[in-house]
Amino acid sequence: MLHRFANPNRFSRLAATMLPWVATGTVILFVVGLYFALFASPADYQQGESVRIMYVHVPAAWVALACYTFIALMSGVSLIWKHPLADIAARSAAPLGAGFTVIVLATGSLWGKPTWGTWWVWDARLTSVLVLLFLYLGHISLTHAFDNPARGAKAAAILALVGFVNIPIIKFSVDWWNTLHQPASLTRLDGPAIDPSMLTPLLLMGVAFSLYFVTMLLVRMRADLAASKARALRLRAAE
Amino acid sequence: MKRKHQRLLLVLASLGLVGAGAVLVLTAVEDSLVFFYTPADLAEREIAGDQLFRLGGLVEAGSVRQSGSTTTFRVTDLTRTVPVSFTGVLPDLFREGQGVVAEGSLQPDGTFVASQVLAKHDETYMPKEVADALKKSGRWQDGAAAQ
Repeated sequence: MLHRFANPNRFSRLAATMLPWVATGTVILFVVGLYFALFASPADYQQGESVRIMYVHVPAAWVALACYTFIALMSGVSLIWKHPLADIAARSAAPLGAGFTVIVLATGSLWGKPTWGTWWVWDARLTSVLVLLFLYLGHISLTHAFDNPARGAKAAAILALVGFVNIPIIKFSVDWWNTLHQPASLTRLDGPAIDPSMLTPLLLMGVAFSLYFVTMLLVRMRADLAASKARALRLRAAE
Repeated sequence: MKRKHQRLLLVLASLGLVGAGAVLVLTAVEDSLVFFYTPADLAEREIAGDQLFRLGGLVEAGSVRQSGSTTTFRVTDLTRTVPVSFTGVLPDLFREGQGVVAEGSLQPDGTFVASQVLAKHDETYMPKEVADALKKSGRWQDGAAAQ
């Protein structure tokens, strides 16, 4: 199964057929999701209108965590089975994940000021998400730190796997230690603590962010494949 | 055993070791990972008079007194309470029954003098109408989710 998709040519064809669909889906979901998030949902009884920040903050956090998990998985595949496509997937995903993490930190800060009364605190949740950003930046710079791309990919893969320990820490930080950040609203034993009128825009935006991630990942992986093909052709021409 | 199986084992074993290491480190430094102490925590541990720390809990109903720019209130975790005094601007969300985190130190008379008070938001999201309806029907649990 893995080997089937690890073939770059097969992947390129598959990505080319998938791209228009996921791109269209992204646009539709963002239009519908943003309409619900900004207009067709009520203000919160405590936070007022600033609850709408959640519809960007939470989906960005989901995708930032999912993206890192994806990179860790691809790093494992790359180290164990040596599929070059896994390296390409990991290095294409890293800047996207870093971008989502920046969105999480920025929107969280904007929400924290009116709600908590502070832009930033060093509690376990906020700090572990900042560590996630540094892991992404470290991954990006390690990838490009070597003249030989294969060595860069290997170093980055090891970093990604070691850093994976941070993902459960982020998720459960709010349960293990008392933090200023509130615990999870959705994944609770006694059901979501979000009113259905607010859950709908949140889930729509969650799908929109995920589709956006998939779209950008496919675009970046295809560009990376095309660039390595061009490099190979140039090397051959130079001989 | 094939090379890739060796690598698979190596990766899994390393992940296990890193995970175990993280658990050990996090357990060891648990005290500094905690963002605030509850009033019950205070009873259990020795805190020097001038030591800065954060106190978290609910603002006890009916305990808020305003005199000039100084506000006094009691923070409770529903088992113990600590009197708090704070001079300055409180966050908008500050109210009785609300979760708060105050930073400051304990005075010899047992009062916690705060230099900063933050509101803690709980994980409940609902429109105002739903909150009002819940309060009306008596199914509202004030501050129960604020911890």
